[in-house]
This record gives sequence, structure tokens and C-alpha cells, in this order.
Amino acid sequence: MTTTAVPVTTRKDWSSDQEVRWCPGCGDYSILAAVQMLLPDLGVRRESTVFLSGIGCAARFPYYMNTYGLHSIHGRAPAIATGLATTRPDLDVWVVTGDGDALSIGGNHLIHALRRNVRITILMFNNQIYGLTKGQYSPTSEVAKVTKSTPFGSVDAPFNPVSLALGAEATFVARTHDMDRAHMQETFRRAHEHDGAAFVEVYQNCNVFNDGAFAEITGKEVRSDMLIPLHHGEPIRFGAESQRGVVQRSDGRLEIVDVAEVGEGALLVHDEQRADPGLAFALSRLANGPHQPTPIGVFRSVERSEYGEEMERQITVAQDRRGVGDLATLFRSGSSWTVD
Amino acid sequence: MSTTEDHPTEQIDQVVVRFAGDSGDGMQLTGDRFTSMSAVLGNDMATFPDFPAEIRAPAGTMAGVSAFQVHISDHDILTPGDAPNVLVAMNPAALRANLGIMPKGSTLIVNADAFDDRSLTKAGYQENPLTDHSLSAFTVYEVPMTSITQEVCKEAGVKPRDAERSKNFFALGLVSWLYTRPIDPTIEWITKRFADHPQVGEANTRALRAGYDFGETAELFESNYEVRPAHFEPGEYVNITGNTALAWGLIAAARQAGLPLFLGSYPITPASDILHELSRRKEFGVRTFQAEDEIAGVGAAIGAAFGGALGVTTTSGPGLDLKSEAIGLAINLELPLLIVDVQRGGPSTGLPTKTEQADLLQAMYGRHGEAPLPIVAAKTPSHCFAAAIEATRLAVKYRTPVILLSDGYLANGAEPWRLPEVADLPVIEPNFATEPNHTEADGSSAYWPYVRDPETLARPWAPPGVPGLEHRIGGLEKADGSGNVSYDGLNHEQMVHLRAAKVAGIARDIPLTALDDPSGAAEMLVIGWGSTYGAILAGVKRMRARRGRDVAHIHLTHLNPFPADLGEILARYDKILVPELNGGQLWRMLRAEFLVDATALSKMQGTPFRPVEIEEAILEMLGGTT
Repeated sequence: MTTTAVPVTTRKDWSSDQEVRWCPGCGDYSILAAVQMLLPDLGVRRESTVFLSGIGCAARFPYYMNTYGLHSIHGRAPAIATGLATTRPDLDVWVVTGDGDALSIGGNHLIHALRRNVRITILMFNNQIYGLTKGQYSPTSEVAKVTKSTPFGSVDAPFNPVSLALGAEATFVARTHDMDRAHMQETFRRAHEHDGAAFVEVYQNCNVFNDGAFAEITGKEVRSDMLIPLHHGEPIRFGAESQRGVVQRSDGRLEIVDVAEVGEGALLVHDEQRADPGLAFALSRLANGPHQPTPIGVFRSVERSEYGEEMERQITVAQDRRGVGDLATLFRSGSSWTVD
Repeated sequence: MSTTEDHPTEQIDQVVVRFAGDSGDGMQLTGDRFTSMSAVLGNDMATFPDFPAEIRAPAGTMAGVSAFQVHISDHDILTPGDAPNVLVAMNPAALRANLGIMPKGSTLIVNADAFDDRSLTKAGYQENPLTDHSLSAFTVYEVPMTSITQEVCKEAGVKPRDAERSKNFFALGLVSWLYTRPIDPTIEWITKRFADHPQVGEANTRALRAGYDFGETAELFESNYEVRPAHFEPGEYVNITGNTALAWGLIAAARQAGLPLFLGSYPITPASDILHELSRRKEFGVRTFQAEDEIAGVGAAIGAAFGGALGVTTTSGPGLDLKSEAIGLAINLELPLLIVDVQRGGPSTGLPTKTEQADLLQAMYGRHGEAPLPIVAAKTPSHCFAAAIEATRLAVKYRTPVILLSDGYLANGAEPWRLPEVADLPVIEPNFATEPNHTEADGSSAYWPYVRDPETLARPWAPPGVPGLEHRIGGLEKADGSGNVSYDGLNHEQMVHLRAAKVAGIARDIPLTALDDPSGAAEMLVIGWGSTYGAILAGVKRMRARRGRDVAHIHLTHLNPFPADLGEILARYDKILVPELNGGQLWRMLRAEFLVDATALSKMQGTPFRPVEIEEAILEMLGGTT
């Protein structure tokens, strides 16, 4: 909107005056801090930034940001964001959501926003539980999970959010976790840079209703052996000594191996820009829940025309061809007759 | 005046023609063309397309019958007519499905070729009605439409099976001759429409001419008829349906407000044509978003409104159900939003292609919590244009969702519309917030999203992009003024009152009741809303003109709030009749609001009132006899 230089800001400028009211110890605090500390580095303006949310613990996020914000209704944030982003391409539109909001009540809006490639950045806090309603199982909860609404264990097969996003034709899909600010910030930065819909799954600890859900893979001591960092153009390997890696077998299957056994040259080189999402999908299936070595980072980042731009282009073409709309001409676009 | 020596042309002042056939027979197109030719001749007209929900129900069955009724006249008319004077029936099912509404003495033109045993059985006829004397009360013309059409198309090299499909143009040609409509405009239209399929175009043209010539030469008809041009106010006219008028009204409203138009919509009968029309008009900068569902349609419109656009969603009853929660959000957000409900028969899927007015109470009360919003209703197809502008004016000025009610009859019905002067359209001021509106205790300035305009009680509208006006809004209750989340009970009650007072206060900003009571001392009052306008007014006028009874009429455009003087006016009448295409919804609202002993006249048959039904109800109330 303005052409003056973007003012220098600090975290304080991006924090609203509202008291943050998540449970003490909630993973949401570290995600909020990561975002508030990242924004001053992104070269963006507060007045051109909008945080949008649905319902749930994560959905309180906009109240804590000193930007424009809209806390809407359960599951609908991607739809609302679509209307905003397509009419206001000058804005940065962030959607903050949770596993229940995005994948259960709002699943339909999420997949359609992704396939349309609307320019929005979606941060989905996945804690595998319903927090705000106090402890029911969510669409990412593991089978047999005992919760208030599943006293005998859940019989629902969970979603793998990264697989789901890839299946929904998303052009940018990534995963990070609340225990690593630097990784979160790098992932959010990449998502923000993406010209289209960006989906980031953030493993987030709910210390009240599902404490330690990701501890087996995100804990500081276990992290190097349990998280598989994805770097574009580099062989996929992990472990304290980078001693393990991922290979693709001749039948297409991915497998975790000891690098010493197969040799470095045999490792799969990560290519987030592959047009075919098949390999990214296979990577998303490497771990069956946060108990096995789990890839994090950017799974897929490809270019495809952005929804709002395409909409705008059709308008420009129509105006070039027919001139800017004129009401008097519109009224006479059919056959008219005159009575004297 | 005569067209030929053999055929005198009789002057008539009006005629109602009903074209009926199979869904696949092209009856809507035929009726539409007949209407267009009548418009060119300067007749007044009203149309009523009446078609089944099934795209192609089994051919030849009653379920598959599609009809188009058009009323043309040399004077101002209000409805598609009480009953048709002429029925064109393309097959036995079309005859059987429509015979019940044909008055004795009226004319039936039937496609005799279609009355074979198989088609008669499909239509449920035991005997052929053309031969069993059951139609003796009617003037019946048996015309071999299929075989003549096939014959004339043979020379064009069209196979008989394909030629058969042109028989609707034969029927159109015949009726055009009968009512002295020129066929040249339709030939031009065919040439353009079928430019890519010249053989089909040729077949249609030949069928049209053959039908016209048949009337001229067949010695079947004693005379043909002329309906003279109606007297219209000077000006330029187009024939327009309610859905097109509504779409154009939205474009004009956005223009007049200087706002980009964003439509979030999911296809639904009978509202989809608004989406279609707006998606064609990209030169106006219109963004149309065909959403994944009804909720996303309204959600995206709310997002666009937050960004400073004119956010609109269009739907019909089932879609309005799904949008309820989002509309409640918009009430709390206090953002301008337009919800267009083109009503159809309900509940549930109900009667998708048939008209009804049964969503009024849903519009009024169909949300949880205390959630009032303004309601505007269109009364004729062309009035949809002005109603869309008025609904937008209220939404923008009062920062509120507004429900605009149309219905299936208005949506598809057409009438001549005198084009307005663009310069005369009302201007709508969005009045965006430009600067902070609050001083904090420490003297710093701030922007408070829920500080209200003392006159309208509307809050400021501050789309993102302005430094210093950053703010957060949402569905949680807001503290009066600051807009911060507040769970305080007294604040909540205050906000409920403020939102209600804001909507109620609109009564000061809309016209007083337009009372039609020429003597000022009418025996009774008839009050209606929406698409019943034409039928009610026609019924009332007949009572005055033919029976000398003094009857007053009010037709409401604003259903919430009502005009400020409505209660006082109702109190003047002992007898009040409320005709509605529902179980008595306005009737209930009037009784609840004003404690008046009004009487409901309900019709829920998927069809509009006929003026005679209004007339009879008035007469019954006045204690007269028919």
C-alpha cells in the first residue's frame, strides 16, 4: 500500500496488549514466540499482516498478535482466508489452526484451499487431542487412545496431516515441532515465501491433556536419532553421527538404513521440487506415528499458478477485451426496446 | 385489420399461453422466444417457468412435464395470469398434467403425432382423450407437429430422429402465427445460436417457418389474434428475470459503493443463475468464487468483507440452513454482508424448482442467540434490482449482514423493466475508518473497533492496510468500545441490546408504509410481502373495479425492521388478510409485533397465487359471495 521503507520492528511491536491465556507450559507459547520473533526479520508490515483462525486453543493466536486479526468459527478459517486473500493480494494472510479445527470440522475447507493454491500460510498445531473442549480424541489421535470420549480406546484410524496435504495437491507442505525455535522459524520463513497455499504441521505438546505425545521424537536427547531433517538437494540422513539414512528400493519403497552398509551414494537425495508428489508422500509414510524416526522440514515446494492471481488475470483480460464495465452498457447487453 | 383474406385478425387485449412438453422438448426455450418476440412488439408481459427438478425424468411421463406460461397484454399486467387461454401440449403427459388448470372453453393445441398407445399409457391414459370426447369442453386443435417437422427437415438432410427435436420450433411458429408475432427475430436468433451447428439451425428454422405457414394455410383456425402494444412510460425497456435483475443490482450496488464485488456461492436451484450471471461480468471486477460448500461460500464472503469488499453469498433454503453459524459470526463481527436467499419449497430438499415464501421466519430467527438482522424482500422480477441495492445500502451503512429474500417465481419469471438512469442510482458511502478513534489513559491514541456512531449505532469498518488501526475481531463476545474479548455478563447484555437497537433503528432510515387505500376508509386491508405482489394487487384491483368493494393494500419490502408507522396503520383496520405462500409467517410476525387480529391466507402448492384466489379470500372475509 505504501512505498516507504518497512519500519524496523522487534518482537514487542508484534505482540498485542492482551494477556496470553494458554495453560502454563503449553507448546503454543513457543510457537507464538517463534512467530513474533520471526516477523521482524521478514520485511513485512504489521498493517499488511492478518492472522485468521477458527476455534480451539490454537485459534486464540490472533488475539496475541498486534496485527489485523479475525478469530472466526470452527473449521472455517481457510474459507474465510480464501475470500480475504483473493480480494486483497497485498496482504500476508496467516491461518492458525489445530488438528481438530483443520482436519475434523474444517477438513473440507483445508483440502480445497490447498488444491486451489490460495496464497495463505497455514500453521496447523497438531497435539493429537482436543484441548479447548477438555480432552477428547482428535482426528490425529492414535488408535486405542483412551480419552474422555473414548474410555475403551479410540477405534478411529488417524490422519497423517502431511500425507493428507500432499494428497490434496498442496504446493508447499512442511513439518516442524514446538521444541526447536530455529527449525520452526526456518520452516515458517519458507512457508511465508511460498507463492501459494503453504501447509505447515507443527507438532505441539498439550501438557494438560496429551503430555509428551511427541517426546519420543522431539526430546533434546532423542531428537538427533528420531528426527530426519529434510534438506533440498542433499542426501537424506540423520543420527548423531549422521550414520543413518533413507534409501529408495527398486520397488519404490523407502527404507531407513545404516549409511555404512549402503554407502553414501546410495542415499535418497531430497528433491522438494519434484513435480510428482509421490516421493514426498512416501517420505510422509516413513513414520507411522511419532514413535519412529520422522522426517521434518519441507517435503514439497513446487510452483503452480496462485488462485487469486488467476482470478485477477481473468478480470484484466475481460477489461482489456471489453473495457472496464459500464452499467449503462450492461443494461443493454440483451435486446432492449424504446417506448416514446 | 387482417393478415390474409381468409384469416381475419381479431383484436384481443390479453392472452395467456402455456407451452407444455417433455423436459427434453425445449419448452422453456420456446416460451422464452415467444416472450422475447412479444417484448419487441411492446406488449406488457409476465412469465412463469414451471419445470421439474429432474434434468430428464423418463420421457413421456407426468414427472417429466415442463411448462412455460406467458401472459401478454396491451395493458399493465401483474401476474402470469389466472389461467391459460391456450395450452400447447407436445404429448399426452403434458396434456394430462395441465388440463386441470385449463378453464372450460379454452384452447388446446396438441401434437397429434404423440398420442400413440405407448405415450398414452406412459401418461396414464386408458383411452385416447382426443377420441373419447373427454375434451368436449375445449377447443382442440390436433396438429401433426412431429411428422410435418420431419418432412420439412428431410430436404435439409437432417435425419428424422434429429428432426424430431425441432418440433418445439414448429409449435413456436404456429403460436407466433396465431398471435401475429413476427418470426424473423427468432430466425436471426437461431442463426446466431446454432452458428457452430448450421444443420441444426437449418432444421429449427424450417420447423419454425413450417409452423407459421401451417397456421396460415391449414384452414384449421378461424382467425388469428393481435395483442396491441401496452401503454408504457416512455423509456428504454428490457425483459428481465429476477435472477438477472438481482445480479445486476449487486453489480450496480458495488459500483455505487465504490467497493469490489465478491460473490462466494455454491450452486443451488433456483439461485445458481445469479452466480452464472455474475461470473460472466468480469469486466466489472467481479470476483466469483464457486466454493466447496455453502459454508465456504458465506465464509469467503465474510473474509472479503473483512478486507473491505462487498461480500455476497447467494443460496436457497437448504444452503441458508448451512450458513446460519457464519451469519451469526457476521452479526458479532458487525461487518457488511449480503445473503441472498432465493426461496423454494421446503423443508429439506423439498421442491427445488417450485416457489414458496417459507424462509421468512428462518431469516428472522434462524440463528442461535439473540441475532437480529435486517431483511429485505423483492416483490417482482425487476424489483430484484432495486432490492439488491437497498439491501447493500443497509449492510454497508449499518455494518451488518442483511438477508435479501427472493423466490423461485421471481428468479425465473420475467417482466419488462424500464432501465434506470445510472446517474439516478443511490450512492452508498462505505466510510472506512482512517484514523484512531480512542485516547488511552496515558494519552496515546488507539483504534477501538466497537466504538459506535451515535446515530446509526454502526461500528467503524477498518479493512487491513492502514497503519495504527490494527485490531482483532471475532465470534467471542466483545467489550463495548474496545472490542476486546469479554465474558462479563452485564457487558454481554449491553452488547445484545446495542446490536438489537442498531437493527431496530433502521426503521428511521426506510420509507414509511406505502399504503394503497384510495378512499382512506377501506373495509379491510390486504398485506403481503415478496413475490405475491402482482397477484394481491390484481385481486385487490378487481375487488374495487368489478365489485365496487373498498379494499386497501400494503406490500412490504422491509420485513425487519418494519416501517415505523406500520403498527399504527394496521390498527386502523378491523379486517386484515395476510396472503402468503407459506403457513402464515408474516401473519405470525404481525400478530406478535402489533397484537392485531389478522387472518392468514396460505398456499403451499409450489405455484404463485392466482388473482382469483386473492379475490375469493377477500370476498369471503367481507362476507360477500362469489
